[in-house]
Amino acid sequence: MAGDAKALHTSNGVEADSQWSLWEVFTQPGKGAPHEHAGSVHATDAEHALQNARDVYARRGEAVSLWVVPADAIVASAPGDAGPFFDPGNDKAYRHPQFYKVPRGVRVF
Amino acid sequence: MEQPTSVTADESALVAAFEARIAAGESIEPKDWMPERYRRQLVRMMSQHAHSEIVGMLPEGNWITRAPSLRRKMSLIAKVQDEAGHGLYIYCGTETLGVDRHELVEQLLDGRAKYSSIFNYPTLSWADMGVIGWFVDGAAIVNQTILAKASYGPYARAMVRICKEENFHKRQGYEICATLANGTPAQREMLQDAVNRFWWPSLMMFGPSDTDSPNSAELLKWRVKRKTNDELRQRFINLTVPQVAAIGITLPDPDLRFNAETNNWDFGEIDWTEFFQVIGGNGPCNRERIAARQQAHDEGTWVRDAATAHAAKQQRRSSQAA
Amino acid sequence: MSEHDDSDTPIGTAGAATLSVAGVRGPVFAAPLVEYLLRLGDDRLVLGHRLSEWCGHGPILEEDIALSNMALDLVGQASMFLGLAGEVEGKGRDADALAYLREGVQYRNALLVELPRGDFGFTMVRQFLFDASSVLLLDALSGCGHPGVAALAAKSLKEDKYHLRHSSEWVVRLGDGTAESHARVQQSVNEIWRYTGELFEHDIIDDAVAADGIVIDRAALFSRWESMVRDVMQRATLDMPEDVVMASGGRRGRHTEYLGHLLTVMQSVARAHPGATW
Repeated sequence: MAGDAKALHTSNGVEADSQWSLWEVFTQPGKGAPHEHAGSVHATDAEHALQNARDVYARRGEAVSLWVVPADAIVASAPGDAGPFFDPGNDKAYRHPQFYKVPRGVRVF
Repeated sequence: MEQPTSVTADESALVAAFEARIAAGESIEPKDWMPERYRRQLVRMMSQHAHSEIVGMLPEGNWITRAPSLRRKMSLIAKVQDEAGHGLYIYCGTETLGVDRHELVEQLLDGRAKYSSIFNYPTLSWADMGVIGWFVDGAAIVNQTILAKASYGPYARAMVRICKEENFHKRQGYEICATLANGTPAQREMLQDAVNRFWWPSLMMFGPSDTDSPNSAELLKWRVKRKTNDELRQRFINLTVPQVAAIGITLPDPDLRFNAETNNWDFGEIDWTEFFQVIGGNGPCNRERIAARQQAHDEGTWVRDAATAHAAKQQRRSSQAA
Repeated sequence: MSEHDDSDTPIGTAGAATLSVAGVRGPVFAAPLVEYLLRLGDDRLVLGHRLSEWCGHGPILEEDIALSNMALDLVGQASMFLGLAGEVEGKGRDADALAYLREGVQYRNALLVELPRGDFGFTMVRQFLFDASSVLLLDALSGCGHPGVAALAAKSLKEDKYHLRHSSEWVVRLGDGTAESHARVQQSVNEIWRYTGELFEHDIIDDAVAADGIVIDRAALFSRWESMVRDVMQRATLDMPEDVVMASGGRRGRHTEYLGHLLTVMQSVARAHPGATW
């Protein structure tokens, strides 16, 4: 059953024959670029997760930096939040840079 | 085939909204509401795909130690490594649907889960390495390019990554074959023999005609599947026949004929009894494939357990030290 | 130390020096630099081959990928070192000719790398002990006076540092994991230890390549290797064997029976089609 059969334990409490815990991997394709979600790997600790992530997602030199995060550390917004959470109301034009007029001749970077 | 369970009015509204999203070409993401049946079909389809990648490592892995040049040795190791990676991407995608990977592994080993029929055939010569890349990866590409637009987000994203790597595999395979075709008489014979053995099983990879395939209609409606088995098979044949001609070998099909009206290559009858025997567990090496995976799994248990135990010890130590 | 006894004609090319280490004689190639490069290349080819045997059989998917990664790196390095060996030799042999057409007695790898892969713990212990020595050797070589060798060493060093990170972490995980994993890897350490001495042998070839700008005393690398290894063994709660009589012979083509079977498999297709292109 989904969700039920997670941790199998032996008699001394050690998690038996698991595929290890899930980590999410974020890669930075080049300096200055944002980290993007690349996928996941299984590992037992952070160093292990970093190495596995490098071998799975960065072995062709696709990344200059890697972040690994235990999957259960990620807090996500719920899809049902979309309305109240994400739509600020498109009447709030002053939050967008285009709202502000710049005098002629002034260069904006 | 399961009967749909009766739904409340609320649930019908959810289903309608869900199907409208799909019809509009939207991506379904892990936390979105989805019909239980959709979730189950996706778990089945994705895990089957992942299992195929993993089992697929074995027929090719069989020739790594005998690869006849250092360059080919490296290419083949890299290819098999990529297949492990593909399995991994898709298993991870499947896990977003709420199933743990160890369950998926169990399902493969105890025979509940299926994987692509082609990997139940043995690899008997070096030429098989070329032909598998060319035909099997070639067939997979025809299937998968369409999947890159599948409705389930994590699957579609895994597929984009996979397609990039798979194109490279197919070109490598064809290059091996072209080299053999232009080589010694013994090499040409090796190649022709491999082609004769793998052609029909490769066509069977696309599955039977959709009228005989129970899941197709639903999967097409949900845009998890985008084209019919027959359409994809025809596409593969049309692409491959000219490639065969270009290196001067033949296909083991006396009925192969270009149809100027349809612009398709017409082909002979596929022996579906062979296909059903193979997916039913009686192919040439079904047992060996699962036995190899079972052995790797069993021999790895102490390793996995040790890693888990070590991590637990480290955690206890650091919390004691804190 | 070398002996040259006229009444005992050595097998080998005319003018070749005989090599005597611990009283064993054997043939060598004419050019010490070729010999030196074959040792580097053969170590990596044989070890890479052993690692590649794991493809599809690893203990978990992530590890299948990691093992293949190391195998690929090592075979790639072998290809470069053997390629350079063939160039220096100047007889038209490329890396493939050297890899696929030499007999076992002509191979110059250390015995350590030809041992069968054993269980995963054996593989990791062997890998760790090799990686630790390789990193030290390549670091020294990347500053040597032969530009070709220095460049190959520098490139390989980056990869081997990554391998060392991987293999050392596994030795620790397995040594300090469960009772079963500890027992298994301690056993592996005990079995493998007698093959570590050979990694630090210094013979007349090492002396002779000074003429090519390569001045490295392998024996001097030993103490640094030993302290690196001791550190990891301690973290792994593993015992380091003492007073072990070291095996020797690989550098002179005196191999274990394992190498013959390895090469029979590796070379079979290439040898079945002489002169063919792949």
